[in-house]
Amino acid sequence: MEAIGQISILTAGITIALGSIGPAIGEGLALARALAAIAQQPDEANTITRTLFVGMAMVESTAIYCFVISIILIFANPFWNHVIQ
Amino acid sequence: MNISPDSIIYWEWGPIKLNATIVYTWVVMALLVFIVWLATRKLSIGTSNMTRWQNLLEAIISIIRKQIREITNQDPEAYLSFIGTLFLFISLANLLALVPGYQPPTGSLYTTAALALCVFFSVPYFGIKKQGVKNYLRHYIKPVVFMLPFNIIGELSRTLALSVRLFGNIMSGSMIVAILVSIAPLLVPIIMQLLGLLIGQIQAYIFAVLATVYIASATRASHEKADKNNHKEE
Repeated sequence: MEAIGQISILTAGITIALGSIGPAIGEGLALARALAAIAQQPDEANTITRTLFVGMAMVESTAIYCFVISIILIFANPFWNHVIQ
Repeated sequence: MNISPDSIIYWEWGPIKLNATIVYTWVVMALLVFIVWLATRKLSIGTSNMTRWQNLLEAIISIIRKQIREITNQDPEAYLSFIGTLFLFISLANLLALVPGYQPPTGSLYTTAALALCVFFSVPYFGIKKQGVKNYLRHYIKPVVFMLPFNIIGELSRTLALSVRLFGNIMSGSMIVAILVSIAPLLVPIIMQLLGLLIGQIQAYIFAVLATVYIASATRASHEKADKNNHKEE
């Protein structure tokens, strides 16, 4: 019964840790490329920034899925009630 | 600790529960309607005796219109009301997080799922309105018939992503502030709250832009064809 809590917290930590690495690297690469592009073509800064924001939101959503899952594991764990009953 | 404003219940009568999400959604709606009523009371033409509220609203609307035109390459008038409403509602709902005691309704998965469902249904609506049922449905079997299930899954998963993205960002913002208040209540939460404001505005922008992109992808095919024909004629 206690094992569920321990495993949940451990899994939540691993989820958010691993889940944030990938999007962080991806967003960093995207930002670096966008900055280089703006430096080359300052006139197109508006279009590049808009596309960058949208793309980053797309990339970031995987990290947010991981965050939501870890939050669910900690605060709204579906297995708790099952165990308690 | 509450992970969403759904669990704060103000009033209960049988199966009907009035929770913080509904109450603050009504507050945001009432505030939007009130501001617009205030601004459109004394409308005037020309710049000489324009009220400040009218100036503000005209600036916002013209920016939204310009953004929609840049993304869709079409006349923005058809999409302005829908996209503009989405943006203004989410933006104001996130901006009001400055007010103490306020719980952003966008921090509840129900609100964001409802907004994402609106986008989900508006895509076929605008697509069919623009290019007819047949041409719209042909989208799903492009480039080959084999892609049909993937297109449908893509449509569903992007709706899920749209709702969870907004929910996750706003919920994480308010939760980080709540945790910081219990750990280091002096000054530190203010910085995170500022970051939360910025994130809220960016998320409102991203939600509106993504909705526009999805609608544009459903309405653009006929436009491109018309473009090609124009080029041929030239």
